[in-house]
Amino acid sequence: MSDAATDRTVLRIQALTKFFGGLRAVSDLDLTIGPGELAGLIGPNGAGKTTVFNMISGLYVPSGGSILFQGIDLAGMEPFEVTRLGIGRTFQNIRLFANLSVLDNVRIAYHPHAGYGMLDGVLRTARFHEKERDLTERAREFLAIFRLEKIQDELACNLPYGEQRRVEIARALASSPRLLLLDEPAAGMNPAEIVTLMELIHFIRDQFKLTILLIEHQMRVVMGICEQITVMDFGQVIARGTPKEIQTNPQVIEAYLGKGAAHAA
Amino acid sequence: MDLNVGFLFISVLKIAALIAWIYGLLWALGQESLAAKIVAVVGAFGIIQLAISVPVGGAPLVSDFDSGLLFQACTMAMVALGLNLIYGFNGQFSLGQWGFYGIGAYTAADITFRWTNGDAKGLLVVGSVVVLGAAAIFGVYKFLRRYTGVPVLSAFTLYLVGCGVAGVLAVAIGRLGQAVLKPGFGTATSPGVLASPIVLQIVFFLSVLLAGAFAAGVGFLFGLPVLSLGSDYFGIATLGFTIVVNTLMINSDTILPFPEMKGGRGMIGIPKLTTWFWAFLFLVAIIVVMRNLIHSSTGRTILSVREDETAAKVMGIDVAANKLLSFVVGSLFAGIGGGVYAHFIGFLSPGTFDFLVGFNPLIIVVFGGLGSMTGTLAASFGWIFFLEGLLRVILGQLGTEAPTWRFVLYPIALLLLMLLRPKGLLGTVEWGFLRSPMHRRKASPLPPEAAVESGK
Amino acid sequence: MPIQSVPALRGARLPGSRLAWIGQAFLGVLATLVLIILVRNLIHDPALFAQIVLSGLQLGFVYALIALGYTMVYGIVKLINFAHGDVFMVGAFVSFYAVTRFQLHVWPATVFPGLPYAFVVVIGPATVMLLSMLVCMALAVTIERVAYKPLRDAPRIAALITAIGVSFFLEFFGALSFVFSPRFIPYQRPFEVVTWYIKDGVHLVGSTQPPEGSITFSNIFLIVVGASILTQVLLQFLVRRTKIGKAMRAVSFDKAAARLMGINVDQVISFTFAVGAAFAGLGGVLYAIAYSMIWSQLGILPGLKAFVAAVLGGIGSIPGAFVGALIMGQAEALTMGYISTPMRDAVAFTILIVVLLVRPTGIFGEPEKEKA
Repeated sequence: MSDAATDRTVLRIQALTKFFGGLRAVSDLDLTIGPGELAGLIGPNGAGKTTVFNMISGLYVPSGGSILFQGIDLAGMEPFEVTRLGIGRTFQNIRLFANLSVLDNVRIAYHPHAGYGMLDGVLRTARFHEKERDLTERAREFLAIFRLEKIQDELACNLPYGEQRRVEIARALASSPRLLLLDEPAAGMNPAEIVTLMELIHFIRDQFKLTILLIEHQMRVVMGICEQITVMDFGQVIARGTPKEIQTNPQVIEAYLGKGAAHAA
Repeated sequence: MDLNVGFLFISVLKIAALIAWIYGLLWALGQESLAAKIVAVVGAFGIIQLAISVPVGGAPLVSDFDSGLLFQACTMAMVALGLNLIYGFNGQFSLGQWGFYGIGAYTAADITFRWTNGDAKGLLVVGSVVVLGAAAIFGVYKFLRRYTGVPVLSAFTLYLVGCGVAGVLAVAIGRLGQAVLKPGFGTATSPGVLASPIVLQIVFFLSVLLAGAFAAGVGFLFGLPVLSLGSDYFGIATLGFTIVVNTLMINSDTILPFPEMKGGRGMIGIPKLTTWFWAFLFLVAIIVVMRNLIHSSTGRTILSVREDETAAKVMGIDVAANKLLSFVVGSLFAGIGGGVYAHFIGFLSPGTFDFLVGFNPLIIVVFGGLGSMTGTLAASFGWIFFLEGLLRVILGQLGTEAPTWRFVLYPIALLLLMLLRPKGLLGTVEWGFLRSPMHRRKASPLPPEAAVESGK
Repeated sequence: MPIQSVPALRGARLPGSRLAWIGQAFLGVLATLVLIILVRNLIHDPALFAQIVLSGLQLGFVYALIALGYTMVYGIVKLINFAHGDVFMVGAFVSFYAVTRFQLHVWPATVFPGLPYAFVVVIGPATVMLLSMLVCMALAVTIERVAYKPLRDAPRIAALITAIGVSFFLEFFGALSFVFSPRFIPYQRPFEVVTWYIKDGVHLVGSTQPPEGSITFSNIFLIVVGASILTQVLLQFLVRRTKIGKAMRAVSFDKAAARLMGINVDQVISFTFAVGAAFAGLGGVLYAIAYSMIWSQLGILPGLKAFVAAVLGGIGSIPGAFVGALIMGQAEALTMGYISTPMRDAVAFTILIVVLLVRPTGIFGEPEKEKA
């Protein structure tokens, strides 16, 4: 077990387990991701993938095992603490702040580093005006990177689906994470949008020097951009490897298509 | 049945004038220059003050009855704004505002009542408990920050014990202080410095603030464990809170050691120190504080918690602390409103703080528009003047059953509102000063071409 | 509280579970205090204690009837039906008019003059109760169709506010003089009260006072307990053994899925409201019989307390509502007997708050899981 000073991995999960009453949702999961990697987590529905994400984010408390982020143990941390350490995430069903503008959605990401406190806001001190201006500027520039500045005043709920996804990803990035968890980012997209998404993911990984872990069902995305893939079924890891290795792994095929399909493949 | 058409006409005119006054104040306050803002506040104050004090053709434009309604509207607006913060902006359905309103009213009343009877203990004890309690809360907070994932019940116990200790100390300080200050009051025939009107004004001002702070403290202690429950349960718990507070009021002279409050018979003899100046001052202060809070980073986080708690958590927001903050500020506003109310009406009866009446602020906030401060303001004034003022008089002329008929008509109106316009009259629209500094506007869904373009 | 940023958070913080004992100790101290007070009172005067327990049981069984309606409606449409307590009130009034205006409680004797007394005294009042139940069922279904159904897909607050509005409406419309009037009306019981006392065996209370240290109870108590238990049994049968009961459970799990399975969701929901209201109506009659005073705002506090009982037992759980109601009845009786009558409402709601703190899902409730 390495300590914070020498652990070079971004995420090291060991023996992670989660019970919901009598149901074992995740069982003895190991997963390691190094800096700058683009990793994928796949598996049939109900395999426990989002549960893993929720445990990393701090929304669920693991029943067993450990999660180390850059060597730091995330055990017992509140979700907001996990985020401030540097983990961002998106959700399977888009969770934007529906009745707030795109700009506000992003500005909220800057709140922990706003540079002014509640009292400054209430009293409208000079510091408030200055920092709020900076914050808004930063948010605008950030949106411009994603070419979302034209819709910055739109309410999030009024945006078309594909755009909402982009905003959610942009918002998650606005909190300057080191690790980004994407939960089915390609859900509901048509092939053209998927191509754009894949380019976007590459772009943000390079531009923001991120490590990315992604859950996805669309095999084009997974096989197309992931460098390392972990396959889950019934809460356990059943395979791990590069896209090529996974594609030909009989257990993976069986998990997705059922017994007998492995022979047909 | 002889309805005076003239009376009807003038009443409608008055309500329209009020709404215009509100709009004018907000518009002028929303101007950029500081000078304009000052003129706005002074002007708004002045117009109504003149209407109250200066007779036009024999009687002031604003009669005593009207100014009573005005004060009621101001205090109701304070409570309703607090509720809008907690519920409209932060998304927590609370039925507890009326309880805090009552706490604020009785606390402020007790302070000044005692003062006018030569007893400084009220002021000293409440003042000390607020200061020491804040220190205790801060101390416990600092201690708890060294831990992660503290069970709510344990945290609550620690805060409760800390405040309990603060309370005991405060009572001791009160006794000591009173012994020291007693001579300053003098006697009935030769009153001392402490009995002078100026000092009384200061004490009144302090009593309202301290009552608000005390209510906020209670809100902190109560909210801490209860806000972690889901929305429905939280609402019921706050309803329970209001009922318990009401029961304590009825028993204030038996179970609680406050004989001057006279329990169910009601407290009398409260100095009527609320003037238009004070009511206006406190109202504007609350409006400004709330608006500044909402249009700041903290305000955005408050809204985000309403929109989606899980997403807010994952954006780095301490949702529990956020909900508690809104709840405490909301109860502060309600407490201040109570303090102002007590000194306007001069007596307090537990029946005023019955939980049934406590649904009024909720109806007002929903009616005006959850998430619209302007809506709450307008609806508060509208509610008091139209329903309590106009309708009561009209229905009163229809017979003695009028008060009951009001409560038959309200629900029907409410049902219609829910069916036809559930977002409330003003939805999320704001006027002037209360608008977002960036003039956020609501747009219709974009046409497909624009979507493809901005998606590239 | 200014939200601090995080440099200090490098896993160097202590686990908060270490402080869990503080909260437990607090609860322990409270519970011990309550227990000590109860035991002291029990030892001091056991007969009085037993008498209070009996009256608490009677109250609890009445609350159980009301609480069932709350829990069933919440289970199926997630609505706190504030108007439920007022349906209870209507039940009481319907029986009042049936007895005073139409002499319904003795109709078997009027129609069949030779009928034995035993039949009259059972069938008559039973008819009154049935009538109340039917009227309340009709009322509840009407309310549901007119006020709640249109708002089923609206934000929850709209339905809640409407429920509050309906509650107000019933109370104050009832207070109009051509309806129930705002007066407190003494209730005329549909049957004679017979009282027994327990001391060295069970004896009838005649014209003399029951002796010191005896425990008295009346046929009212027996009827309340009997009716309540009977309805519980019937309800269990309904929910577990009938098709409609299964449909009710299905709709409360997942409305959309139930609809896809061919269940007429609207009918099931109306039926649930009706059953709940029937019990509330019966509760209203029994309450009036037991406490002999009715007025238009009769339903507010018992309604709220029954609601607390439902939350205490685990809202959505039928056995939970029953257990919760019994506990609430006891708490109220004990408070009235040993502390003071005005405090009983405060105690009821303090119980609510404590329950929500310690076990928010209630005794039999299941925790709600949120999917991310």
